[in-house]
Amino acid sequence: MAEHYSSFEPKGTRWLLQRITAAFLVVVLAYHFLLLHFVNHAADITFAGTQVRMSQVGYFSTMVLFLVTAAFHGVNGVYNALVNQGLDGTQKTVVKWSLVAAGTLLVVQGARVASAMTGLF
Amino acid sequence: MSQSYDRGLIEDFGRWQEFSAGMWAWIFHKFTGWVLIGYLFTHVAVLSTATVDGATYTQTLQGLESLLLVRFLEVGLLAVAAFHILNGVRLLFVDLGVGIESQDKAFYAALIATAAITVASIPTFLVGAF
Repeated sequence: MAEHYSSFEPKGTRWLLQRITAAFLVVVLAYHFLLLHFVNHAADITFAGTQVRMSQVGYFSTMVLFLVTAAFHGVNGVYNALVNQGLDGTQKTVVKWSLVAAGTLLVVQGARVASAMTGLF
Repeated sequence: MSQSYDRGLIEDFGRWQEFSAGMWAWIFHKFTGWVLIGYLFTHVAVLSTATVDGATYTQTLQGLESLLLVRFLEVGLLAVAAFHILNGVRLLFVDLGVGIESQDKAFYAALIATAAITVASIPTFLVGAF
């Protein structure tokens, strides 16, 4: 029986970061779903309610960290899935930097949105 | 010492009838991962209405929530997220070398728990939709 079933290179940086972000996301994604669908129903969400939540430093920081880790975990996951499919050479480089750009754009726009939600900017 | 495990080519979907539990878990994890990252971009795009003004944000979210299709898509999103979370926990344990011999049972447990969570959440997601 094999010791490693992961399709990542064991102990590589991307492998480790994918697992660290996963451990964080498991908790925060579940919390996000519970808070915004079960505690507060999505249909009842208003800007005023969002502003109250996002004006709390702890909540704001958690959501921004959630955004950064989810964006990384997502684009890194896509990249690794494509590498598993046999992506190589120039295509691999182009896809890599496209995903870096997409992830960066997502984080920048998400941070703008988070700031707007505080109502302070 | 690390050994390689020759699982054959999962990417060759023509072999699906030969797939084991672990291979299905791999496929479902990739599929739900693609859905979640796609959704994240859409989610931030919709929430970007907050950068216009508060009223636009509220109207956009409440307008989307008034659509029955959106409510069902949310149930689907919960199913996808629940499976990715539960199977993700399974993967973390497998990577730590804990319970490898039960990884197939853990996959079935993740599927059953996902189904239970999804079914139980339907009333919450559909409240006020009709």
